[in-house]
Amino acid sequence: MAIEVRNVSKAFGDFQALGDVSVVVPDGSLTALLGPSGGGKSTLLRVIAGLETADAGEVLFDGEPVTGVPPQHRDVGFVFQHYAAFKHMTVRDNVAFGLKIRKRPKDEIATRVDELLKLVHLDGFAGRYPAQLSGGQRQRMALARALAVEPKVLLLDEPFGALDAKVRKELRDWLRRLHDEVHVTTVFVTHDQEEALEVAEQIVVINEGRIEQAGSPDELYESPATPFVMGFVGPVSQLGDQYVRPHDIDIHLEPVDGGLQAQIEHVARVGFEARVELHLADGAPVSVLVTRQQAAEQELEAGQIVWLRAHRFHAFAEGELASA
Amino acid sequence: MSALPRPAAIVVARPAIAGALATAYLSLIVLIPLAAVVVESSVDGWAGFWDAITAPQAVAALRFTVIASSIVVAINVVTGTIIAWVLVRDDFPGKRTVNAIIDLPFALPTIVAGLTLLALYGPKGPAPFDIGFTRVAVLAALLFVTLPFVVRSVQPVLMELDREMEEAAQSLGAGGFTVFRKVILPTLLPAIASGAGLGFARALGEFGSVVLISGNIPFKTEVASVFLFGQIESNNTRGAAAVSVVLLLVSFALLLVVSWIGTRTDRHAR
Repeated sequence: MAIEVRNVSKAFGDFQALGDVSVVVPDGSLTALLGPSGGGKSTLLRVIAGLETADAGEVLFDGEPVTGVPPQHRDVGFVFQHYAAFKHMTVRDNVAFGLKIRKRPKDEIATRVDELLKLVHLDGFAGRYPAQLSGGQRQRMALARALAVEPKVLLLDEPFGALDAKVRKELRDWLRRLHDEVHVTTVFVTHDQEEALEVAEQIVVINEGRIEQAGSPDELYESPATPFVMGFVGPVSQLGDQYVRPHDIDIHLEPVDGGLQAQIEHVARVGFEARVELHLADGAPVSVLVTRQQAAEQELEAGQIVWLRAHRFHAFAEGELASA
Repeated sequence: MSALPRPAAIVVARPAIAGALATAYLSLIVLIPLAAVVVESSVDGWAGFWDAITAPQAVAALRFTVIASSIVVAINVVTGTIIAWVLVRDDFPGKRTVNAIIDLPFALPTIVAGLTLLALYGPKGPAPFDIGFTRVAVLAALLFVTLPFVVRSVQPVLMELDREMEEAAQSLGAGGFTVFRKVILPTLLPAIASGAGLGFARALGEFGSVVLISGNIPFKTEVASVFLFGQIESNNTRGAAAVSVVLLLVSFALLLVVSWIGTRTDRHAR
């Protein structure tokens, strides 16, 4: 199901969480809402789910406005950062919850729950209580619970935020594969750009209640619309008014046309790469990423004076994009 | 958080000392007096005990007390949960004051509570009805003194309740009432049971607030504690002790049930 958000605004007291936000989520896509904490991405997700009411604007599911439709009638599956497990119910009863509410026949519920538990690799845990599961298992249970009712949209609010790095990575890959299998329109909120770039087909960058840019991971990385997006989806250095990725800067040992003089402060060799920290004549810090081999050939070391020139950069003028 | 090992001596010694202190204190304050009551009730043997608790007036008083306490607790479970809900979930001017008022029945001397109820709702009161010296009056007095129990046990649990659990239930298709019945109520149940148990035990032994307003009419409005007082006044301490033992057993059985509900739920709540 396609989702369209039209000119939605939402304030909490004096705090403007969303200001005139419009987004389109294509049917069957896997979309990430990416942005810093407090930027409004969770609020947007909750407005889509009907858990918050927008002050202005509307949300459309397949072209039909759903304003005023309560969450229980929106056919959305919602997964929370802290699992929101029903602690007094077994894993089986948690997953069966939505089906029981829909008064499905008992044997159908049992079959469906078994299927889902297998899908999330929790078969064998049906009789346990949430407190007896690890964080990753609880979140998989929450996913099975949300998928049980065959929602038209799956909404996940920082689903892996409470998990440790290793489990987070596993679940991330797993969500990607799950989406390939189930094909339900999925929107997830994250503040982790790596997570968004790796998992999502479409990324919507939200900051201070506004959409900075929406596009594919490649578009965002290659043609960021604003300095904020450029800085948020990857590391960025500034050479004058040029915004540059650290791997797009060349280090020259002799003065070159358009090159800026800089002094090396530190060279860190990390595996295949070497990260060179420098400062420009005006003191501004710059990071450059070169191969280990290049660092060795140029004999780069702290204190050395070099010239920097970007072979690829972005310049932003009043929000307009101009890249070379 | 650091994981420095604690000195072993403290780890071992502390529970031992604490345990000894707790045992000594409990014995002095609770166990020995209770044991004395039981001993006193059994001085005349089983026959004497049985005669004392099956005397018609004693049976009537015990029966009325248990029934009245049960009704009061049933009402408290509903109203107490609603009051706790309003205090936690709703915002209204004067909320803090109302919140403070809940505890006043604990602070007011119970005899004053009884007197006040009698003055207001009794034969000479300004109210358009007169419940003085009736069973309803006993219920009113017991409701007054037991009000805080359910409210105060449910309130903190309700404050801690995971709102996202409710939202998850909603998004899975549950309407307001279903969310309450299937998600909120089961979570509150141990707290409600604990408040109800304490309230019931309190109602069983309540004396001060009922002694004036009930009129103490035997076979009608006389509650067990007032009956006991009469027995003591007429020097029948053994009979009084026997009836006390019955009250104690009823309370104890109920508190056991409550703690069973609590542990059964706690096992998977954390």
